[in-house]
Amino acid sequence: MTTRSHASLFATILSEHGPQILSAWSDRLKSTGALASGRLREAELQTQCRTVLELLSTAIAGGLDAASPNYGPLRDVLADVSRSRAVQGFTPSETATFVFSLKQPLFEAVSAAEAGDPSTVARAVQDITQLIDALGLYTIEVFQKSREETIIRQQREIAELSTPVVKLWDGILALPLIGTLDSQRTQVVMENLLESIVAQTAEIAIIDITGVPTVDTLTAQHLLKTVSAARLMGADCIISGIRPQIAQTMVHLGVELNVVSKATLADAFALALKRVGRTVVAVKARELPAG
Amino acid sequence: MATTTSDRMEVRSSDDVVRVRQQVRARAVEVGLSLVDQTKIVTAASELARNMLDYGGGGVTTIEVVSDGMRRGLRLVFEDTGPGIADIELALKDGFTSGSGLGLGLGGAKRLCNEFSIDSKPGEGTRIVCARWK
Amino acid sequence: MDRIPILKLGNALLVTIQVDMHDRLATALQEDLTEKIVSARARGVLIDISALEIVDSFIGRMLDHIAAISRMLDAETVVVGMRPAVAITLVELGLSLSGVKTALNVERGMELIKRRLDETEVADGDDDE
Repeated sequence: MTTRSHASLFATILSEHGPQILSAWSDRLKSTGALASGRLREAELQTQCRTVLELLSTAIAGGLDAASPNYGPLRDVLADVSRSRAVQGFTPSETATFVFSLKQPLFEAVSAAEAGDPSTVARAVQDITQLIDALGLYTIEVFQKSREETIIRQQREIAELSTPVVKLWDGILALPLIGTLDSQRTQVVMENLLESIVAQTAEIAIIDITGVPTVDTLTAQHLLKTVSAARLMGADCIISGIRPQIAQTMVHLGVELNVVSKATLADAFALALKRVGRTVVAVKARELPAG
Repeated sequence: MATTTSDRMEVRSSDDVVRVRQQVRARAVEVGLSLVDQTKIVTAASELARNMLDYGGGGVTTIEVVSDGMRRGLRLVFEDTGPGIADIELALKDGFTSGSGLGLGLGGAKRLCNEFSIDSKPGEGTRIVCARWK
Repeated sequence: MDRIPILKLGNALLVTIQVDMHDRLATALQEDLTEKIVSARARGVLIDISALEIVDSFIGRMLDHIAAISRMLDAETVVVGMRPAVAITLVELGLSLSGVKTALNVERGMELIKRRLDETEVADGDDDE
């Protein structure tokens, strides 16, 4: 028997025994604890099962290749299910079980329909396994991707949260950077800094990297680009607190460092004050009323 | 990868370059690119459209809103039937120019995009595709 | 053809670019400015680009040229108000405009030009801060 006629055999079985397969599938799902966590309501699960079965029986009439266009609508629905599972906090295996647990009911339906023909049943079981495996793996892939998206989004949020631009004086900003700087975070940080320069009309920005243990080449480049961008806008940057190892990376870059650099944030601040025409003096030096 | 919308624009004069910039901006906003990313892709479009005008004798720009299922982006295609680029690698180097420019056009535009490819045959024309993802 | 207006402010010229310039307009501005620096005996040129949403290599080059030309004519060019996104993009593009002075806004740009005039024209008495 060819794959083609297998496909039509499945299509017939699905249309004739649809309701039984559906109830067997949802029973399996419930017995494996799909609803146990309370994150998914029974009605929702039923709808998902019904939709998937309907689309499967439409798709299967056209063949058994899960990657073919007639499986498009089914893949879309599985992707939706998978993404919502990811958001609801299901594990990847719980999510994949949704698809894999359809295997057994299908096996049973085929064995019942073709009880007299063991070799057809054997081939059918093999085909079903392949098809459902492919669909299951697709679900896991989507699940994985949407998890990654969530992580990326959170990283971005953390990056924004962890980079306060503080005003030290009129026209002087400081950006104390703490922790590892990857290039993504550096980009967010730098955009924030440049925006603050405009918002506060700051002529000088101090980028303090005392709290940064190491920078990679890309990050160092971002830092330098920020200094260039700030200059284009009409502001000067001072970098303070460069560690020896970072200094090496920067020199290794071979970039002409047209950056003013100071050992500590305090030194940088003193220089910045001088630039804006201020100076810090000891109280004693001034004429103070006695007492 | 699926294409949602596609605009086709002729580039025959420097006014057309301005129109390309404006349309790219409008689409970039629609896709939801950040302000910096919008600025980058609009600037790249400006460089590439002008390049096409100056060295390719004008051509056609296609602006496409695309999605690969997970994310949306903007893809730009620049096609001309000009003299083509003999040495693409050389043309991408900063400082290289066959005209009077500063020679930042191609290499600069490449740095402003997430994806960038050049297809060119001397005597037949050049096709540049670039994309910026959200 | 439309042209970008050039205003005279004391001994400086002020150009506010508010439109998405096509290349001919940019070239015309460069020519007009060169003329005007001489005819108005200007010592400084302020180019306000705070309204510009992009600066590509063509406009960047124009700014560089204006700065170089005005320097030869003894006037200082200050580009003011470049937006952050524009600055980031220009740097990525590889243009640093190293020959051009910059300031955050017109007021600061004006101060910069004045300071330079004070330095070159020596001893005009002390101003209080």
